[in-house]
Amino acid sequence: MSHYQSKFKSTRRSLLKGTGAMIAGMTFMPRFSLAEEEKKLNLYNWDTYIGEHTLDDFNKATGIEVKMDLFADNDELFAKLKGGNPGYDVIVPTNDMLERMIKADMVIALDHAKIPNMANIDKPFQEAAFDPGRKHSIPYMWGTLGIGFRKSKIEGGVVDSWKILLDSDKYAGRISLLGDAQNVIGVTLKYLGYSFNSTDAAELKKVEDMLVAQKKNIKVFADDNGQDLLAAGEVDACQEWNGDIIQVMAEDQDINYAVPTEGSLVWQDTMAIPTGAPHPENAHAFLNFVLDAEAGKHIAETIKYATPNAAAKALMDKSYTENPSIFPSAEIVAKCEPSLYLGEEATKVRDEIWTRIQAA
Amino acid sequence: MDNWKDNKNVFWTLAAPGTFWLLVFFILPLGFLFVMSFSDKAMVNGEVSITDYDYLTGITNYIRSVDPLYLTIIWKSIWVSALATLLCLVTAYPIAFGICFASERWKPLLLLLVVLPFWINLLIRTYALIAVFRTQGYVNLTLGVLGLGPYDMLYNNFAVIFGLVYVYMPFMVLPLYATIERLDKSYLEASLDLGASQYTTFLKVTVPLTMPGIITGVILVFIPCLGSFLTPDLLGGANAIMIGNVIERQFKAANDWPFGAALSFMLMYATFAALMLRAFLAKRSAGVDV
Repeated sequence: MSHYQSKFKSTRRSLLKGTGAMIAGMTFMPRFSLAEEEKKLNLYNWDTYIGEHTLDDFNKATGIEVKMDLFADNDELFAKLKGGNPGYDVIVPTNDMLERMIKADMVIALDHAKIPNMANIDKPFQEAAFDPGRKHSIPYMWGTLGIGFRKSKIEGGVVDSWKILLDSDKYAGRISLLGDAQNVIGVTLKYLGYSFNSTDAAELKKVEDMLVAQKKNIKVFADDNGQDLLAAGEVDACQEWNGDIIQVMAEDQDINYAVPTEGSLVWQDTMAIPTGAPHPENAHAFLNFVLDAEAGKHIAETIKYATPNAAAKALMDKSYTENPSIFPSAEIVAKCEPSLYLGEEATKVRDEIWTRIQAA
Repeated sequence: MDNWKDNKNVFWTLAAPGTFWLLVFFILPLGFLFVMSFSDKAMVNGEVSITDYDYLTGITNYIRSVDPLYLTIIWKSIWVSALATLLCLVTAYPIAFGICFASERWKPLLLLLVVLPFWINLLIRTYALIAVFRTQGYVNLTLGVLGLGPYDMLYNNFAVIFGLVYVYMPFMVLPLYATIERLDKSYLEASLDLGASQYTTFLKVTVPLTMPGIITGVILVFIPCLGSFLTPDLLGGANAIMIGNVIERQFKAANDWPFGAALSFMLMYATFAALMLRAFLAKRSAGVDV
């Protein structure tokens, strides 16, 4: 041991020297970090929602190292950031959650000059009702809410209406709905011919009555595993997100996806920079990178959601751009609505309706 | 024993970590929730705020929580929890008895088997149950070989109760084991020698003497059952909602922390009532204690 000891033994003099060097270094640090951020970025994302090697590519292009944490749903994202940003630079909220976060000053305004690739964004996505002028967000992916079904178990093998899930006992005990108030109440409003975002008490009452009556036919309100239930044969039809169903369609030819003709929800996941982000410069660089044509192409190839990045879409082949499960017809999309943030009171009203349906 | 006042420094040194722990990780968060349960969302510019609160505004949340809608769900949760606890007790008693009367060589191994599931996360164990019970799961596949089924065993109340019993069984077995182990077996022999049947001996001697263990086990199982939300969420069907699910939703999707806090404290008051009952019964039986 003793011969090791001499190597590490510090005399008072050398300790002083070291401390001096440290202090000298420290005085330079703030100036240094003002000039340039450390090469780090903390991304808070959904699971399996980025290109296979996108983060590595970004690292190669910029030298910035990305650390990614995962959240399971928008509520988890919101709850985590509500008490103050724990250190994230880029987040991926869905449009209505982004709207809520903009209202609560939880995301910062973007500097568009630092994101030249915003020019790659498809025309309809350049503007957004939930974020006028795209001041706070870039579009990342979009999609629809619809019905996933097993062709061989459904009469005729096609589905074109919410009726089989909401207003029929034909498939009693073989259907599932999503497990959250907003989307189940929303599509029932659509089925009844109202707006997805209605706050009209009479319309909501009709929705409640319909769902209470339909409940005996519903096997389960599935949180986010409708596609698993469908794949495992537990249900024959389920309300689900298109991307989730497309994933199981790849493994099972008997499964298909349709957006009912009554219309549905069209959602958009966005990327934004939360207030208090430690590396806003790097975050802007990352947003710009995601909107790059090649990078966007790679992401779309991996996760197979619809990209709002026109430059990236132009590089993709027809099996993607002409897939009706990914890009529904313009006619259908025209009937779909985005989910809006309706305010805290309306959220409470819907939550109580949801509790009453569950407890009925 | 020395009086702690004679060695104050030693006392506080030893007590500090525990006190710190209790204060920072238990009293403070709980106090925050308690205050929250009497608060409301703030009004900012005529709109209900998303992140700000007006603290200590009154008992509106408690008034809302005694709405029949929520009382029904609480009542249902109590029933489900009570049934799960009873099934736990009925199953755990023979298990604990078996372990106590097993040979010394086997005892540690058997006890290990009881606590072994704790080494795996609750979520993963619950997913495992799904694989066991689903329509094309292991149980139905086995029954299929015998020409039976398939039965719907998932997404109903049976699955919820089974899941709760499965998850909380060790909390029942361990306190029961502790009391039965300390039970003086000569009482049983005396009872049998004096002419009581096995059945009478069990009811009149064994059960009263192990009552403290039973009560502890019942409380340890009933309370977490009452607040569970994961099990009804994953295993339950369209009717599975328990009060734990409503509370979880208030803290997430509904973003209504004050109401969620009030509902939590309603459960806490119920829990305190159960603990007082336990203290009362323990005082009455005053014999063996755990």
